[in-house]
Amino acid sequence: MSKPYQLHVNGQTLDVPDPVPGESLMTVLRERLGLRGTKTACSEGECGSCSVLVDGELMCSCLVMAAAVTDRAITTVEGLGDDGISDIQRAFVECGAVQCGFCTPGLIVAAHALLDRHPDATTDTVREELAGNLCRCTGYGRIIDAIHSVAIARRGDRP
Amino acid sequence: MTTTTDTTNQTAGRGVIGASVTRPDGVAKVRGEFEFSSDLSADGALWGATLRSPYPRARIVRLDTSPALGIAGVTCVLTAEDVPGRNAFGLVDADQPVLAVDEVRFVGEPVAIVAAESPEACAAALAAIIVDYEELTPLIDPEVAIDPASESIHPSGNVIRHQRIECGDPTVSGHFVVEGTYEIGMQDQAFLGLEAAMAIPDPGGTGVELHVATQWLHEDQAQLAASLALPPEAVRLTLGGVGGAFGGREDLSLQVHTCMLALRTGRPVRIHYSRPESFVGHVHRHPASITMRHHADVNGRLVKIEARFVLDGGAYASTSSAVLVNAVTHTQGPYRCDNAVVDGWAVRTNNLPCGAMRGFGVVQACIAHEAQMDKLAEACGMSPLEVRRINAMATGDRLITGQIVESVAPVLRCIDETDRLPLPDVPLAPADHPYGLPGGAGLTTTPSDVVRGIGYGVSIKNLMYSEGFDDFSTARCIVDNGQVTLKFATAEVGQGFVTIAPQIARTVLGLDAVDIDTIDTGVGSAGSTSASRQTWMSGGAVDAACRKVREKILEAAAAQMGGASVEYTVDNTDVVHLGDGRRMPVVDIVRDRLYDETVEYHHRPTVPLDQSGRGDCHTAFAFAAHRAVVDVDVELGLVKVIQIATAQDVGRALNPLSVIGQIEGGIAQGLGLAVYEEIIMDGGHIRNASFTDYLLPTIADMPPVEIALIEEPDPQAPLGAKGVGEPPCISVTPAVIAAIRDAISQVRPGPVDLPHIPVRPMDIVRAARGESLSRAMAD
Amino acid sequence: MLVSTPRSLEEALAALGDGSCRPLAGGTDLMVAVNHGHPMTSDVVSLDRVDEIRGLTLDGDVVRIGGAATWTLIADEPVRSTVPALAQAARTVGSPQIRNAGTIGGNIATASPAGDSLGVLAALDATVEVRSASCTRLMAIPDVIIGPKVTSLEADELIVAVHVPVVRGWQSYAKVGVRNAMVIATVGVATVVNEEARSVSFGLTSVGPTPLRCPDAEVAACEAFWTLDGTPRTPTARDIGHIAELVMEGAQPIDDHRSSVEYRRHSVGVLAARHLRTAARTLREQ
Repeated sequence: MSKPYQLHVNGQTLDVPDPVPGESLMTVLRERLGLRGTKTACSEGECGSCSVLVDGELMCSCLVMAAAVTDRAITTVEGLGDDGISDIQRAFVECGAVQCGFCTPGLIVAAHALLDRHPDATTDTVREELAGNLCRCTGYGRIIDAIHSVAIARRGDRP
Repeated sequence: MTTTTDTTNQTAGRGVIGASVTRPDGVAKVRGEFEFSSDLSADGALWGATLRSPYPRARIVRLDTSPALGIAGVTCVLTAEDVPGRNAFGLVDADQPVLAVDEVRFVGEPVAIVAAESPEACAAALAAIIVDYEELTPLIDPEVAIDPASESIHPSGNVIRHQRIECGDPTVSGHFVVEGTYEIGMQDQAFLGLEAAMAIPDPGGTGVELHVATQWLHEDQAQLAASLALPPEAVRLTLGGVGGAFGGREDLSLQVHTCMLALRTGRPVRIHYSRPESFVGHVHRHPASITMRHHADVNGRLVKIEARFVLDGGAYASTSSAVLVNAVTHTQGPYRCDNAVVDGWAVRTNNLPCGAMRGFGVVQACIAHEAQMDKLAEACGMSPLEVRRINAMATGDRLITGQIVESVAPVLRCIDETDRLPLPDVPLAPADHPYGLPGGAGLTTTPSDVVRGIGYGVSIKNLMYSEGFDDFSTARCIVDNGQVTLKFATAEVGQGFVTIAPQIARTVLGLDAVDIDTIDTGVGSAGSTSASRQTWMSGGAVDAACRKVREKILEAAAAQMGGASVEYTVDNTDVVHLGDGRRMPVVDIVRDRLYDETVEYHHRPTVPLDQSGRGDCHTAFAFAAHRAVVDVDVELGLVKVIQIATAQDVGRALNPLSVIGQIEGGIAQGLGLAVYEEIIMDGGHIRNASFTDYLLPTIADMPPVEIALIEEPDPQAPLGAKGVGEPPCISVTPAVIAAIRDAISQVRPGPVDLPHIPVRPMDIVRAARGESLSRAMAD
Repeated sequence: MLVSTPRSLEEALAALGDGSCRPLAGGTDLMVAVNHGHPMTSDVVSLDRVDEIRGLTLDGDVVRIGGAATWTLIADEPVRSTVPALAQAARTVGSPQIRNAGTIGGNIATASPAGDSLGVLAALDATVEVRSASCTRLMAIPDVIIGPKVTSLEADELIVAVHVPVVRGWQSYAKVGVRNAMVIATVGVATVVNEEARSVSFGLTSVGPTPLRCPDAEVAACEAFWTLDGTPRTPTARDIGHIAELVMEGAQPIDDHRSSVEYRRHSVGVLAARHLRTAARTLREQ
């Protein structure tokens, strides 16, 4: 058991009970803080299902040592969207970009980071920025559609 | 992407059949609130973990679990002798131990299970268990397994099934004869939602509740009951959220283990697999060696096909025998052929066990028959599409098993509509972004290094189960004061049954308030979510249950409005009199009334194949065609798929957006098999049990997809709709490979062979150099 | 087990002082091991807040890149314009998630034979600045990376910076992998033309236990690209073929589950030849 510490998650400061030495942010979010939106699919940074934002930067939470980010602002899928659902989340549902949904939280987080940095992202940029998020169900087509639809709506163009 | 269908969402209409209704669980999923089986927890729950064999074949000389019991936090350690009931399971034959006894037969075979207060204590317990193994020589070559003289690695012998097909005149031969041997590697389902279950024991251990991500609740229940020595009704299963399946959850993995630990400790137990563990914890697609010889007359029409299939089933049988039957009975593909001789073996080795994966044997057969059709085209001097057109099957033609294809069989239309889809307007090797070129981010390739090829594939795929298996489905429809509740055990694995079931109910009943009750064993079996069967079977069950309710509603309407129920129908949200058009809203008729109907829906019976491979063994069929446009850097053997186009025979698109999702997702898996995905086995050991080295297509690898949905409702299907899950992943693989061959043929003359699938860079390099490829090659 | 997050380099080096702690930068290698059942036993010094080593500065003809600078930073300006091969290498690493976390210091310290920056740094004769609480060392890549996943770093030392020369001339990094993105290099080739020094250097990765230079090929390239009196000349196709052969001969590939000796050697030659052709064309067009 290591020293207890706190994390800043989704705008709240949370105590981390019963921490285990060196464990990943992904494990702390899911098993210590009860924030299970972030998913475990590979634990080696190869699939992006555990993606979170650390001070706004997209990272695999499985590769972040929780005790090392105690003064960073962490955002998980649960913290996106005002009144609980963002335009990106809505677009994923409406464009058929969700099937089993296991990759979805990580993709939603990555899509937020993508559109924050590249509001006019081309399809190539979308691909490059989401290359770290695997999806086994959808073939990605509807996901790209969802992101473009949000980009267009945000620019105020008519679809 | 262009489609021929309407993809407006449910706010534009009532959310009936034909509308692209959005998923009812979609909002929960995008918010991260949807509970997958790995998200479940219970007060006082223990963690469970599995000790696995490090050897492909070994005798267990000594197994001592006592050191593990002394570790702080470890609550129990169980081995084979602790299995309460049958220490055996299996979908067809129960030939696989729940926990190994005396011998282990594959790397990863479960030997012991532990329960502890934390994952760390579990890991310590596993490390402390002492197992002395005597290594034995593993059997890893399927050809050796066929030999009756080979040492049996299992009491049931090394041949799981041999099936021969003899059709017509075996002595016939063709003006053109083309032959090829195709080696298909082991693909993994690689569903993202890792295996996870939580078992909660009843007080006194008289029963157990299991929450698990699975494909078939009732099959799990039956096998659990046998191994736990409990009556089935005492083993209650609830579907935990499933993160994809693709065949990898049809067999038991952690179900019995989780329940055993829960029952022994008296506490809830959770088991979660890691990714490396998942790679050995479930079955895989069968590696296959297929030789085919196609004979055609002077006009290019098939006159005979000879084929030999060897499928490596790995250590335990699983569904190998059914996979083999699927493979051999699809030998001819969607083409007419009167004569055939086929020999197929599914054999046992000490490699990883193989079983169901989307496509179920037909993927392997299609890779072979489509490569053969291309060879035939070359031999006859015809284009690849021409040779397929003149041989195309139609409704009423026979398979080589003698079965008449009664399904709608729009093969020509699939080919023609695929051909008509626009080619990509992407120029050869666009260099404005690294992803435009083969090699992608690696900057290996300049435009002058690239050649573009086009290839085609066409497929036939059986739907539902075969050889006399009555895979029925059950659904219950309750209407209580106008609120519809559907109850079924249909496993939702992401494919969208939970979306179309309410669509069906709304259409049939004219009521819009539809809920889905918990998916559990509290209703009859729905069969497996596999074999492209749920739309037909569970959709059929929901439809039938709703129709039964509707019949009662119409009786009530007639009682109120006069006449007989046959004079009435449901139109949109009203009951309407067919004669005079009087109408009344359905909600008014059903006010304060309760209706409750349960129906079992069965498909028509089928029969097993006889010794000559004859018999109406399949239920129905669906067809698809694919075209692949691929840019190839032939010097480095790197590939960039530019576009996939497909026309798929769907019968009727109950939810077009869902159908498109299934098609694009299936294409991604087929593309993966063509160029990226292979479990590398070495002496029975898996070398790439991680996503670092088992490569799934990323968003950077998937091209745009052009889709034409061919909707010719099938009169046999309860809603006119065929299954759409498997066809998209079948002929896309040979289409991509054909496109690569086409590209290579532009840099050097002569026939191009790419006999190993997935195609590796060195295969392309060698083919481009004109070197012949030997059967057993490294890279 | 304690995790400290020092705010300054001095603090970090002091924390590493007794040699019992492990430094943690991006975690992209260390955390994989932790997640797969190798829990941390030693204390950890996180470099996450040591801003002194997280940035980079352009100082005339050297880019000084902090040891904890991430790939995302390195893939961007000014490195993109001044050391394009290094920016390209950074952009090929993994995914955006990995690039936001992984660091150049971590890449060197992990010393994987497939490390994406290592061939570029070797070809550029980059200098690695290594410090402990008591001393500073400046070392070339071959003196830091001495074996597959083995460095000459002491337990109390940290890679605080990499000094990368800004060189006038064409340069590039190419990496072979089966997928379009997210691959461990099957083969990596870095090629650097230095017009002032009149040299061509190659840095190879994934074809040897450590990053490799190709002295014979580099001599031949020098002769092909410049005459004896230093005038640029256009290498012929034969020259390029010959140099590529020498690069292939210099490689020491192995067979593993990712690839074979045959393919690795072949693709090293192809990439070297392509680089040389492009370099030659670029020189001609000037």
